[in-house]
Amino acid sequence: MVLSTAMKPSKYLFSCRRIHHHHHFPSVMTINANLSSSQSQILSIRESLLSRQVSATQIVESYLTRFSLTEPHLHSFLHFCDDSILKQQAQDLDDKIQKGEENLGPLAGVLVGVKDNICTADMPSTAGSRILQNYRPPFDASVVRRIRELGGIVCTVNPWDLSRVPGGSSGGSAAAVSARQCTVSLGSDTGGSVRQPASFCGVVGFKPTYGRVSRYGLMAYASSLDVIGCFSTSVVDSAILLHAISGHDPLDATSSKRGVPDFTSHISSINIMHSKPLKGLRVGLISETMKDGVDYGVKSAITAAASHLQDLGCIISEVSLPSFSLGLPAYYILASSESSSNLARYDGVRYGNQALSTELNALYEDSRAKGFGSEVKMRILMGAYALSAGYYDAYYKRAQQVRTLIRRSFSAALDNNDILISPAAPSAAYKIGEKKNDPLAMYAGDIMTVNVNLAGLPALVVPCGFVEGGPTVLPVGLQMIGAAFEEDKLLKVGHIFEQTLQGCSFVPPLVATALS
Amino acid sequence: MASSLFRNFQTYPLLLSPSALFRRNNGVLFCTLNSTTQTATQEKQPSVQTKVSPQSKVKTVDKLLKDYEAIIGIETHVQLSTLTKAFCGCPYNYGAQPNTTICPICMGLPGTLPVLNSKVIEFAVKLGLALNCKLSLSSKFDRKQYFYPDLPKGYQISQFDIPIATGGYVDLDLPVEFGGGHRKFGITRVHMEEDAGKLLHSGNGSYSQVDLNRAGVPLLEIVSEPDMRSGIEAAEYAAELQRVVRFLGVSNGNMQEGSLRCDVNVSIRPLGQVEFGTKVEIKNLNSFAAINRAIDFEISRQVHLHSQGQGDSIIQETRLWEEGAQRTVTMRKKEGLADYRYFPEPDLPGVLLTEEYVDSIRTSLPELPEMKRRRYEDMGLSMQDVLFLANDKNVAEFFDATVAKGADMKLAANWIMGDIAAYINNEKVSINDIKLKPEELAELIASIKGGTISGKIGKEILFELIAKGGTVKGVIKEKDLVQITDPAEIEKMVDKVVSENPKQLEQYRAGKTKLQGFFAGQVMKASKGKANPVLLNKILQEKLNAKN
Ligand SMILES: [Zn+2]
Repeated sequence: MVLSTAMKPSKYLFSCRRIHHHHHFPSVMTINANLSSSQSQILSIRESLLSRQVSATQIVESYLTRFSLTEPHLHSFLHFCDDSILKQQAQDLDDKIQKGEENLGPLAGVLVGVKDNICTADMPSTAGSRILQNYRPPFDASVVRRIRELGGIVCTVNPWDLSRVPGGSSGGSAAAVSARQCTVSLGSDTGGSVRQPASFCGVVGFKPTYGRVSRYGLMAYASSLDVIGCFSTSVVDSAILLHAISGHDPLDATSSKRGVPDFTSHISSINIMHSKPLKGLRVGLISETMKDGVDYGVKSAITAAASHLQDLGCIISEVSLPSFSLGLPAYYILASSESSSNLARYDGVRYGNQALSTELNALYEDSRAKGFGSEVKMRILMGAYALSAGYYDAYYKRAQQVRTLIRRSFSAALDNNDILISPAAPSAAYKIGEKKNDPLAMYAGDIMTVNVNLAGLPALVVPCGFVEGGPTVLPVGLQMIGAAFEEDKLLKVGHIFEQTLQGCSFVPPLVATALS
Repeated sequence: MASSLFRNFQTYPLLLSPSALFRRNNGVLFCTLNSTTQTATQEKQPSVQTKVSPQSKVKTVDKLLKDYEAIIGIETHVQLSTLTKAFCGCPYNYGAQPNTTICPICMGLPGTLPVLNSKVIEFAVKLGLALNCKLSLSSKFDRKQYFYPDLPKGYQISQFDIPIATGGYVDLDLPVEFGGGHRKFGITRVHMEEDAGKLLHSGNGSYSQVDLNRAGVPLLEIVSEPDMRSGIEAAEYAAELQRVVRFLGVSNGNMQEGSLRCDVNVSIRPLGQVEFGTKVEIKNLNSFAAINRAIDFEISRQVHLHSQGQGDSIIQETRLWEEGAQRTVTMRKKEGLADYRYFPEPDLPGVLLTEEYVDSIRTSLPELPEMKRRRYEDMGLSMQDVLFLANDKNVAEFFDATVAKGADMKLAANWIMGDIAAYINNEKVSINDIKLKPEELAELIASIKGGTISGKIGKEILFELIAKGGTVKGVIKEKDLVQITDPAEIEKMVDKVVSENPKQLEQYRAGKTKLQGFFAGQVMKASKGKANPVLLNKILQEKLNAKN
């Protein structure tokens, strides 16, 4: 068949810009002066830039060097699509500093890794998948635009592969932060794909409340569950990054119009803490997350974390969420249903790979057959089935009812507790391919996180301990779940927890070697 | 990226070449009638047309029609004239160069999200109220999923189980020339949705291209109850919807541009039968006349088949109206119900209306066609006049404005329906395009009534004002057109004419009395048409008969 380009794209207009103005983010961002740069990479970068100890160019170069040292061992999938783009951003910043412009954005000089299912205008978002090969978005996601406006240097991370499992799909973003290939990074969390990799990689992972951060520019998987989240090596850095990207966006009708508090202002510096900084904080340990099927080592680490919180003054109690086990099937039905719809646009007609075909249906079938991996195809089939006439009530509708139950039971538990805690995953990191032939086991790995997405709540994962595994130990993360839009509370608790945890280094040994 | 936007691909050959399909399907149809000669007769016309000569067919069908009842329902899509599309900031201009009013959102690029244009809700509420519907204070959007190249997201944002408005009706009056009569047709529902793009097929059908200018343009779909029984009723229902959307200002209602699109469902059943017959859908109806004729054709076709014992040949299908051939032909068969896998649109919050909002729109509604018609009727106008004046929003406004300026209602109607309408028709313009202002028409009418000018002069002034504008008084003054009503002045002119034409006077007095017309003409000419004709004739007659 003939492919013609008779309609010249020169007439192509992005007329929407005429109407859609700017993201209504807070225009000024301040950072709590009590925080010390030893607790935050972002703050330490800022300090050294302002004191002119180092230039932004030097910072970027050091990241590039570290990248070349660590990437061959780690395969964190961080890809600097073009070093010159990063160096240019750094140079612009240095020029600004040179001219004496004190008005540096709070993310100045911060290298922000962005998972490449989040659109970036100057870099290809091939999304690692055949169906989007050579695709270059013509716009920045709202969060990316905001990061740039605040001085951040953006690079893309982790080819999001439609042929791969989305659970854990932000692994590259987590690994890149863990390996200090970038300062902080953004991932997406549909069912735990920020929190699980954070737990596996020993970094901080934050999934904000649904609606807190604009999804405009995030390639949708399951629209009612997808949230953009942060990875960092400290809770303070997550707080700074989250604050930068939060707030209502006129381009996302599901983004909340609630005001954004300064997430860092609740975070106190370690030296002004008293002995029981979390005195009276009611913490509920979700009993369903500490039962059979959860690794012994994980349970021990969480129990230890709970007693550490108790030492900090928290009142720990067990809380039962009766609908907890229903979360997994409900999640898989809803996520598959929505993704079967969201992935329909990858049809090869307008962008991405188009199969050669002489007939329309064959064009669709071939483009999609070649473009999607088998796991994604399975999800699309499951989702289409759950939405079909005659099955809708039994699957999709019922799953929505379960979702309401889950929301209610979380809400009740959070009426009696300030935060809830649980493991971030039932086990430490498993090898790639380990669960390939056992999809149910793989899905079961999401049990700790999917309920939180169904309820739309914010959750923070902080490294809390290790389990034995392989040649070395593997990190375990503690998940803290808060009430909707109470990110500040989670960040405060997480920061104190992190700063008071003694004798734990979550820098991977390999990275530590490369760094020294 | 832009270079990969414009792809070509082959569409269903079925859709590209309806005539090929027509042959094939009529072949099938024919086969059911003449199963023994299947292959040989594939290419022939269907038996409906081959077996009976046109004249005798008309007679037969007319006779048959009396034994049947047609059931007609209409789905109408109205394109809203909002400044921007439903979910992005792009404008829409009919006829624009392909793909010039598009953006990442209406192109459905990955990562983009819809944000509802609040005007869409306002227009939906307006129409819902105008159609006497019950509004859903809490409705939502759903995704209707199917694959087609003009649908960039792979789904259409629409409303499924909770439409914004339900259970209304329209009132209308059938045209007098079609027998007249008042009708009330039920409205099942009105819902909001977005339009799809357009496919442009190459001349030889070897490839197609996508134009996404129309993608995301807001639509209201109006579903009627199956209350109509004939082509004219259906056409008038559609015309009334057009009037309503135009009166409300929510759409230009233009059928040729596709701003108002009607899909008609037709079935028939023998009189007295309770259950409905098989429903056939007709598309490609680009005018009210087409709706009327297509339905009547389809009713005849179905009645004929049914009466021949071929009721089974009426199948659930979509048929296309061929304007040239004045017939419907098979477009595609409906195999079971399409499963669109509807589910609530997760990218958009629910649509919540407050009573106050609805009330504020209700009180701001303009006078609607039905209200106008009843008002004009109450004013004492004939139904013919009522329909003429109320059917066109601009004409009605002109009429109302003229009457509001104190003009005699009947005379205003006559001027508008007579000379003004004639001018508009000849020049193919709208009443808004003429330079005559309603207040001047009122002035003109008053001037004639008050005797300042004659009716004849009035007509001249009217055309002057239509073409050039200005005021009645100005034209009268400028051209010195005030009617001469002073008997002495007229008498002077009569005397002069009579004395200048002794020969004619003699003939008149000899009995050739029809020469009075000649004298009257001469006097009128002398007065430059300004003499009051009644006075003129009275005085003239006195003079002519004076010495008898
Ligand atoms: Zn647009």
